[in-house]
Amino acid sequence: MLNAITLLLVFQLAGEVIARGLGIPLPGPVLGMALLFVALILRGGPGKNLQDTANGLLGHLSLLFVPAGAGIMLHADRLASEWQALLAALVISTLAALAVSALVLTFILRRRGSGS
Amino acid sequence: MIRHDFTGLWVYLSASPLLGLTLTLVAYLGAWQLHRRTGGHPLVNPVLIAVLALVGVLWATGTAYETYFDGAQFVHFLLGPATVALAVPLYGQIQRLRAMAIPLGVTLLCGAATAIMVAWGTGALLGASEASLISLAPKSVTTPIAMAVAEALGGLPSLTAALVIMTGIFGAMVAQGLFRLLGTRDPAVQGFAMGLAAHGIGTARAFQISAETGAFAALAMAANGLLTALLTPWLLPWLSRWFA
Repeated sequence: MLNAITLLLVFQLAGEVIARGLGIPLPGPVLGMALLFVALILRGGPGKNLQDTANGLLGHLSLLFVPAGAGIMLHADRLASEWQALLAALVISTLAALAVSALVLTFILRRRGSGS
Repeated sequence: MIRHDFTGLWVYLSASPLLGLTLTLVAYLGAWQLHRRTGGHPLVNPVLIAVLALVGVLWATGTAYETYFDGAQFVHFLLGPATVALAVPLYGQIQRLRAMAIPLGVTLLCGAATAIMVAWGTGALLGASEASLISLAPKSVTTPIAMAVAEALGGLPSLTAALVIMTGIFGAMVAQGLFRLLGTRDPAVQGFAMGLAAHGIGTARAFQISAETGAFAALAMAANGLLTALLTPWLLPWLSRWFA
C-alpha cells in the first residue's frame, strides 16, 4: 500500500512540475492521471497493490469533497443577494448538460450500431 | 469550575487540527449511514448532508472556516492522489474507450459547450452580475480547473469553488432520475454524462452505480476539464455580446 501511495504522489508531483514548467492550464493531479494512464498502457495494467489502493481511495471519493464544500459558508452574502439567478443557472445548465451528453452519445452509438 | 475547564478544553481543541479532521469524518460517516439506510437513494447525497451538518456546527460554535480547514485540509489533500488514481479504473475500460473515441469526442464538445452557454445565458437573463456570470461559466469541471479559469477571466475563484460543488451535488442527485426519463440505460453513456456535467462528485456517484459507469465518468471529467479550460476564454466574448 505504501508503494502504491508513493507511486500516486510521484505521478501527481510529475503532473504538477510539467503543468507549471510548460505553462499548461491544467491542475497537476489531472495531468498526473493522464501520465499514469499512459504508464499503465505501456506496462500492460496495474499491479494488485495499485489496484487495491486505487479502489480504497475511490471507494469514498465523496468524502474528499466535504472540506471544500463547507467553504460555501464564505459566500453566504453573494448567494443571498443573487440566489435566484445563480440557482436557476446552475439547475438548468446542469440538467441541459446531462441531457445533451446522454442523448448525443446514445444517438451516435445507435447509428453506428445499426450501420455496421 | 467545570465551566472554566470546558472553556479551556474548547480553546485547546479548536486550535488543533484534530477537531476539524474528526468533525469531517464523523459528519461524513453519519451522512453515509443515512445514505445507506435509504438504500443508496441519490437524493440523500452524502456530500450535501455532511456539508450542511458541518456548516451548521461551525456556525453554531462561531468557528471560522479557516480554523476548521486547518484540520480538514488533510482530507482535502487526498483529492490529488485520488484524482491520479482514477487512471486505474480508466485503464480497465481501455478496449471500449478505443472503440468509442470519436463518439465520446463529439459528445464532449456538445456537452461542454451546453454547460457553459446555458449557465451564462440563464444567469444573464435573470440579471446576475458580470463577475457572477464569469464565476458560473466553468462550474461543470473539477474545482482546481474551474477556479483557474474563473480567475484568469476576471471572476471570483472562491465563488466558483462553491458553485462547482453545488453543481456536482445537484448533478449527482438528479442524474439517474433524468436518465430514467430519457430512457438512457447504457452504463457508459450514464457515466460519461455524469462526469462531464458534474465532475468529481458526479464521478463519485457513478462509482456507486458500477465500476464501468465510474470509469467513463472519470474520463469525461478529465476531458471536460481540459476542454472547458480551452473553450471558456474563447466563448466568453460571444456570450457577453449575445446577452448584453
